[in-house]
Amino acid sequence: MTASKEQFLENPLGTKTTLEDVLDAFEFLDDWEERYAYIVDLGKQLPAFPDEARIEENYVHGCQSQVWLIHHYDEDSGKLFLLIDSDAIIVRGLAAIILVALNGKTPRDLLATDIDELFEQLNLFRHISPTRGNGLRAMVGKIRDIAATEAV
Amino acid sequence: MTDLSVATNTTSPAFDVESIRRDFPILAQEINGKPLVYLDNGASAQKPVAVLDAMDRYYREMHSNVHRGAHTLGDRATTAFEGAREVVRHFLNAPSTKEVIWTRGTTEAINLVANGLAPRLKAGDEILVSHMEHHANIVPWQMVAERTGARVIPVQVTPEGELDLESFNSLLNERTRVLALTHVSNVLGTVNPIAPLIEQAKKQGVITLIDGAQAVPHFKPDVQALGCDFYVFSSHKLFGPTGIGVLYGRAELLEEMPPYQGGGEMIERVSFERTTWNVLPYKFEAGTPAIAEAVGLAAAINYLDSLDRKAMEAAENALLARANALVETVPGMEIIGTAKQKVPVMSFKIAGLHPSDIGTLLDQQGIAIRTGHHCAMPLMDFYGVPGTARASFAFYNTLEEVEKLFTGLQKIQRLFA
Repeated sequence: MTASKEQFLENPLGTKTTLEDVLDAFEFLDDWEERYAYIVDLGKQLPAFPDEARIEENYVHGCQSQVWLIHHYDEDSGKLFLLIDSDAIIVRGLAAIILVALNGKTPRDLLATDIDELFEQLNLFRHISPTRGNGLRAMVGKIRDIAATEAV
Repeated sequence: MTDLSVATNTTSPAFDVESIRRDFPILAQEINGKPLVYLDNGASAQKPVAVLDAMDRYYREMHSNVHRGAHTLGDRATTAFEGAREVVRHFLNAPSTKEVIWTRGTTEAINLVANGLAPRLKAGDEILVSHMEHHANIVPWQMVAERTGARVIPVQVTPEGELDLESFNSLLNERTRVLALTHVSNVLGTVNPIAPLIEQAKKQGVITLIDGAQAVPHFKPDVQALGCDFYVFSSHKLFGPTGIGVLYGRAELLEEMPPYQGGGEMIERVSFERTTWNVLPYKFEAGTPAIAEAVGLAAAINYLDSLDRKAMEAAENALLARANALVETVPGMEIIGTAKQKVPVMSFKIAGLHPSDIGTLLDQQGIAIRTGHHCAMPLMDFYGVPGTARASFAFYNTLEEVEKLFTGLQKIQRLFA
């Protein structure tokens, strides 16, 4: 991929910002405004995405907004690192949540993660239209495909 | 749900929107804990009780196949079905019911015409559309152009969202065979000045098709006054059921066009040596039609006729005026489409926000709008946006709902600040 290895490894989502952090935070968010404000903030943690990687091959189809996704498989640690970008602010936040759950895992661990259960826990799908839910599933599907390829 | 009679509100000269809203049971609900504010009427409009009741009654009391005639139910169904065709004929002021063809919707109607005109087209011929067309009035022409060697040429749009008449004048020429224009833009709300354009085209022997999908929810077209060859619309945007639409076509052209689909109903006589077509309008209605939907559409038109049209249009204009006046309360908000003649449709963008962000966060507040490219990608490209947010109003919307939209937008801006 066009991004350097460092760009992938420096992604705080899934490393510095953990799933526990997000689950803890969500517990204290009462209404949709707080919930979305938090999602928007999470999205701000997405690292810069290399412009040259915005190509058809990395495009995630099935989202209303434009979404790109690239990966780096780190031979040394055997872990899969991901970068996602979108032109929509909420989608960036939702991508951040996906990364918190899936970034920096071995492909095997990644495939064993039940992302639906996580969204259930976060009560996210109930607040997200089916159209957007499809976009989320498209992102997760693409990540799982990558993991399945790298796991071989 | 409600026992309100739908056809008896003609006694009140004033336009009582609260009373009208009671005719639309779906509007009285909460979404995400907030009262529903339905501003996605351009995508599909809600249905009055009159439509629901008419379809229910049709299935309970008179359903059978049509035009078979051997029994009483068949007669009842046929009477209701052909009665609906007459209601549509009257709505369009078409000369004859044989010029009113049922289709699945606007899209199928345009495909039918494009397909039917194919034998007239050859390499070098031009089909004139506009830059503000819905894909349904672009792609069927591209498909027929591909087959015949004709070319699809778009008339330009001005930055304000009006048809560029200079562009029209320069593009309408001796190669033009078809002019396919939208009456009202689904994105911009622009009401195009189609009558003079049709007249100009007709002088050159150009066949004209008008996409009325976004026009009929707001005003009645008169196909004889317009002089167009074809006029098409969908029922579901006109407060009727989904799955049915209308193609009005001039008999002379319909006679000349080959059938679109083969099957039952559209034939006169079938043999393996030679099959002959049924007369108009049945020649274009293969298979068992959407009978209950036709009945429902007629009920929707009758319901609209029971309202004070003038008052309704005034109410819609008031909604748009209020919305326009409130734009400045949302910093960075910009309207796309500021034509002088508009139906109450407001496409907009807000600096720094993706349309899908706006749509999602309005939905959290119970407000339904459309976001995206609106099946008008060439127009999105023209404005250089990935999509727009679009609030499209109907006569049952209230000024209070317009205000809620703007309060909602202000809230979203604070959230992203």
